[in-house]
Amino acid sequence: MILSDLVTLLEGEVLFPEADLDREVPCAFASDMISDILMCTKEPTLLLTGLTNNQVIRLSDMIDLTAIVFVRGKKPLQDVIDMAQERGLPIITTKFTLYRCSGLLFNAGLRSCKI
Amino acid sequence: MRVSAVVRFREMPEYCYVAEGFEDAVRQFEEHAPLAEVKTEFAIPEKDFNTAGKGSSELKNLLKRLGVDSVVLRRIAVASYEAEINVAAHSKGGIMYGTVYDDLIHVRFEDEGPGIANIEQAMTPGFSTADDLVRELGFGAGLGLPNIKKNSDAMRLVSVAGGRTKLEFLIYFAGRFE
Repeated sequence: MILSDLVTLLEGEVLFPEADLDREVPCAFASDMISDILMCTKEPTLLLTGLTNNQVIRLSDMIDLTAIVFVRGKKPLQDVIDMAQERGLPIITTKFTLYRCSGLLFNAGLRSCKI
Repeated sequence: MRVSAVVRFREMPEYCYVAEGFEDAVRQFEEHAPLAEVKTEFAIPEKDFNTAGKGSSELKNLLKRLGVDSVVLRRIAVASYEAEINVAAHSKGGIMYGTVYDDLIHVRFEDEGPGIANIEQAMTPGFSTADDLVRELGFGAGLGLPNIKKNSDAMRLVSVAGGRTKLEFLIYFAGRFE
């Protein structure tokens, strides 16, 4: 799935201009616990989460996230958005819940990342 | 896993782990450590979640430039990051030492206490003593130490209640055949 298709499907808002929306999203993972997210060491993955603090961007340094979708209408503060932009990491916010996002993406063929 | 460090921490409770198939390599490293290629050092201030993780991030970038495989890189970064967060979240601050060798990395964390009351309990997945601030940030799942073990080829945790904690791990660049 291409990231721009995902944004459309989730009725998302891209949080900084010039984000690379043409990138391929091969798989996804969803959690609000950082240690859970850190299980994703096998391949770069999309992350769906309700966490919006700077450590979510920091952990993308460790496990190579393709993009982050903030669910339930959450939007990080500007300094966190700036951190993502510095890394060229697309970040998106959607009003949909974590469950609904996961269901929509799974039905559209996006597989779960290997852990 | 230096002899001097073992002497210093003798008499303290410890947890040791060596992944299957790495026993000989780890023994050889402990007995005859080769010359280090690169050494790094990062301070980890207490409860500073703005800088926590920077050391692990920089360590990963360094190893990436040295050409380490991306899956192995992620394992190193996750183990290191979990340990760095532990020091920031649970101790009065500490230091992270990364030592890069030809075929592996040795990362060591030493903090200023207050130590771990029960190491066996701390190693149990799901057990956590994280406070509300730490939990609000998304930590405190009780998976930090188990995640470090899972990603390491060898790990040692030495601590005593009221004293300092030392955690170290080895990860070989050749990776595992899974």
